[in-house]
Amino acid sequence: MEFFSMCVIAAGIGMGLGAIGTGIGQGFAVKGAVEGISRNPSASGKILTSMMIGLAMIESLAIYALVVALIILFANPFKEFALKAMEHAVK
Amino acid sequence: MVHPLLFLQFLRGILTPLLFPVAMKAGGEALENAHKSVDNLVYTWLVMAILILVSFFATRGIKNMPGRLQNFMEVVVGGIDNMITDTMGEHGKQFYPLIATLALFILVSNLFSLIPGFFPPTASVNTNAACAVIVFLTTHVVGFKVHGFKYIKHFLGPIIWLAPMMFFIEIIGHFSRIISLTLRLFGNIGGHEIMIMVFFALVPFFVPLIMTVLGLLVCFIQAFVFMLLTMIYIQGSLEEAH
Repeated sequence: MEFFSMCVIAAGIGMGLGAIGTGIGQGFAVKGAVEGISRNPSASGKILTSMMIGLAMIESLAIYALVVALIILFANPFKEFALKAMEHAVK
Repeated sequence: MVHPLLFLQFLRGILTPLLFPVAMKAGGEALENAHKSVDNLVYTWLVMAILILVSFFATRGIKNMPGRLQNFMEVVVGGIDNMITDTMGEHGKQFYPLIATLALFILVSNLFSLIPGFFPPTASVNTNAACAVIVFLTTHVVGFKVHGFKYIKHFLGPIIWLAPMMFFIEIIGHFSRIISLTLRLFGNIGGHEIMIMVFFALVPFFVPLIMTVLGLLVCFIQAFVFMLLTMIYIQGSLEEAH
């Protein structure tokens, strides 16, 4: 049983930690973009495009963490092994 | 878990025995994976059919005062053309078919994730990995064609005596491009699907609608980012080494 509780804890904590850095990084990106627009409102189109690209790149780091969490929860490669070990322990 | 309630679900009955006879007899998890592959295949055909039909009808009677569909397609085609000229310069125009096809295919596939009853082909790792491998192979084949064997200088870095270490780091960086392109699309679109499913289970009243609007933004941004990264990678292998 400990295998499955560890899996759930790992997925939750992993995704949470992945979201911390992403939040801070995207905050810096938006801060730079808003300052740029406030200095030069006529360039807001280009600044917004660059900001969107930067946000998508930074977001992909959180998405790597999400993919690992999803693999742990739904497509765990060690599930069969753990189930067999638990059957042996019960016997 | 197989996606429930798809429009083209009936084709599972026809295609799974044809393509996966072993999985049909085995049943259980192998059958689920076979159903997922058949869903992916059938909806990729649907994306192809939509793109071909729209292109056919847009170019049927080209006039000087364009009708609505022709005008819309001219905006799309001209926009991608401008972006290629901005990022890659004039010698990038030869890659226009590859880049525009990838961009439109990924955009229409992403938009399928918002329609209930449709399965987006980009929500499975296979489609995304195929597109990423095509981009990776294009960059290296183009680099070897244009530069010959001097293409290796791209991997060696600016300082000569650091070259062996820089070679390994650059190789790992290049291979990680495939993984990053694949996982970015898969995580955004597939993860969005899972999120909407979870919200349907928790609060089916109004929240999935808000998540779908966010999904619309995500679809366009992800297609745009994939196209932009393709252009940057090809430009990086076309230009001169440091």
